[in-house]
Amino acid sequence: MTWTLAIDTATVVCVGLSNGNDTWRARLDDSRAHAEQLTPLLNQVCAEAGITLRELDRIAVGVGPGPFTGLRVGVVTGLTLASLGRVPVTGVSSLDVVARQYVTSSEPPTGEFVAALDARRKELYWSHHRADGSRSGEPQVSTYDQLPDLPVTGPGALVHPGGITVVGPTALDAGVLARDLDLLPDSGTEPLYLRKPDAEVPVARKSTVLQPRLGLRRRP
Amino acid sequence: MNDVAVMNDVAVTNDVVGSTGPLVLGIESSCDETGVGIVRGNTLLANEVASSVDQHVRFGGVVPEVASRAHLEAMVPTLERACAAADVDLSELDGIAVTAGPGLMGALVVGLSSAKALASYLGKALYGVNHLVGHVAVDLLDHGDLPTPCVALLVSGGHTQLLLVGDIATDITEIGSTIDDAAGEAYDKVARLLDLSYPGGPIIDRLAAEGDPKAIRFPRGLTARHDLERHRFDFSFSGLKTAVARWVETERRDGREVPVADVCASFQEAVCDVLTAKTVDAALEHGVKHVLIGGGVAANSRLRSLLEERTASAGLQLRRPRPGLCTDNGAMIAAVGTQVIKAGLRPSSMDIGANSGLPVSTVLV
Ligand SMILES: [Zn+2]
Repeated sequence: MTWTLAIDTATVVCVGLSNGNDTWRARLDDSRAHAEQLTPLLNQVCAEAGITLRELDRIAVGVGPGPFTGLRVGVVTGLTLASLGRVPVTGVSSLDVVARQYVTSSEPPTGEFVAALDARRKELYWSHHRADGSRSGEPQVSTYDQLPDLPVTGPGALVHPGGITVVGPTALDAGVLARDLDLLPDSGTEPLYLRKPDAEVPVARKSTVLQPRLGLRRRP
Repeated sequence: MNDVAVMNDVAVTNDVVGSTGPLVLGIESSCDETGVGIVRGNTLLANEVASSVDQHVRFGGVVPEVASRAHLEAMVPTLERACAAADVDLSELDGIAVTAGPGLMGALVVGLSSAKALASYLGKALYGVNHLVGHVAVDLLDHGDLPTPCVALLVSGGHTQLLLVGDIATDITEIGSTIDDAAGEAYDKVARLLDLSYPGGPIIDRLAAEGDPKAIRFPRGLTARHDLERHRFDFSFSGLKTAVARWVETERRDGREVPVADVCASFQEAVCDVLTAKTVDAALEHGVKHVLIGGGVAANSRLRSLLEERTASAGLQLRRPRPGLCTDNGAMIAAVGTQVIKAGLRPSSMDIGANSGLPVSTVLV
């Protein structure tokens, strides 16, 4: 038996586990609690399956695209566990996971489709897929009106009411990532940032947020 | 502290204060340094640091997103280097300590997440600790148990604080802090207006050695009598920075060449004068005999010599960790870990979060 642990924090907190026969999954629908809840959730999933983290044979991490801070929580957790267990770690586009969910769902696609995640700022992260789930081209970030005129699956499909046809699952399932890792393309373990950090304004070096004191201005 | 503790497989060792002390791995990622240190009692076994400072130079300050990306890249390699350097069996660890705050949120969660994975995998206790306390605790790795009570002056690009340390694990009070810029920040800003490189501290210190500290009388923030009533132990460097800017501007406007070394020396004198005077005053006011200095600016030569001079004449003992331990690192976090374990404090819950504004009085989350 090969135990595969899957972690995906591109959206909410998602954990999956598979031994080739059975699959376990857990999701916490909180997009702001990755650092708090990921480790408790993966401990919980392993406990349900009756194994410890030392018994894992390999690790899969969703590398987004997604909000950067949450994404890094999942990736660094996967990298750390892989290093400790001296087991391989594979990064997979979270959009490919969403596409795979649709393909293996009870109502699979009959033609091309788009997998999408919420990119905030009124934009979507998306990729273009064939009916078998394989991806054509690289993941993109754009406003939803720039999407190809195709049905949309995944959490991003729910963001903009109207204008798009919603198909398939709309929540990420890391169980599918654990179960079907061998069928998904390796995207490397660096998060799919898609946006550059350069536009940001630097803060003070080693800035720590000051406690509000004496009614004076608070450093941004 | 969370009421519901999620601590799967965590073995809390009680018998840890042996002849050698607790064995702790510490992780730091609050700003632009990724650090992993391993400490046994007061002995430093490993201290690996990867800095992203070079990536921030062109911005003239730390860009949080750039720092966070660098932490993710450096985290596991730094961890692996520290484990190899310490050459200890990780199953013998008494705990994993990690910076829970204060710091940059996106940066903090990288170290915190890695620490949680380590603690869960190894079945060890997790201790989310205060970064600022690390700057104090690190001195015990150089000079043994801390003399308490003591007054600690923390100065870096992000901190300018005066702390009263009763007990390192349980009793730390902030008695003063900057009300605007941190001292290191003022160095960066003055360096920028003199067209010097970033970070500003080392280069200003070097140029100041060739200048006259009495050439220009720059203001000493919050030292006037009416300020001392309310801000006796607080600092302000914003006015100083503006005064330097105005002075340099006037010289340039009038076509005079700016005497860079004299400006550096006079600016540095103003910073160090206030820092040392208030530190000594705080120690005397609180009746403590020991003064400790930490943070990146603690490596500044003038601050060091002036503080040595003034503490000596006030009959105070001064302690300063070696410069390599003054800047952010993982060993300082491990050192806090040994102290909270020795104090018998309860480990952190596995569902703690990072707190960018963690108050210094909260040593352990
Ligand atoms: Zn610091």
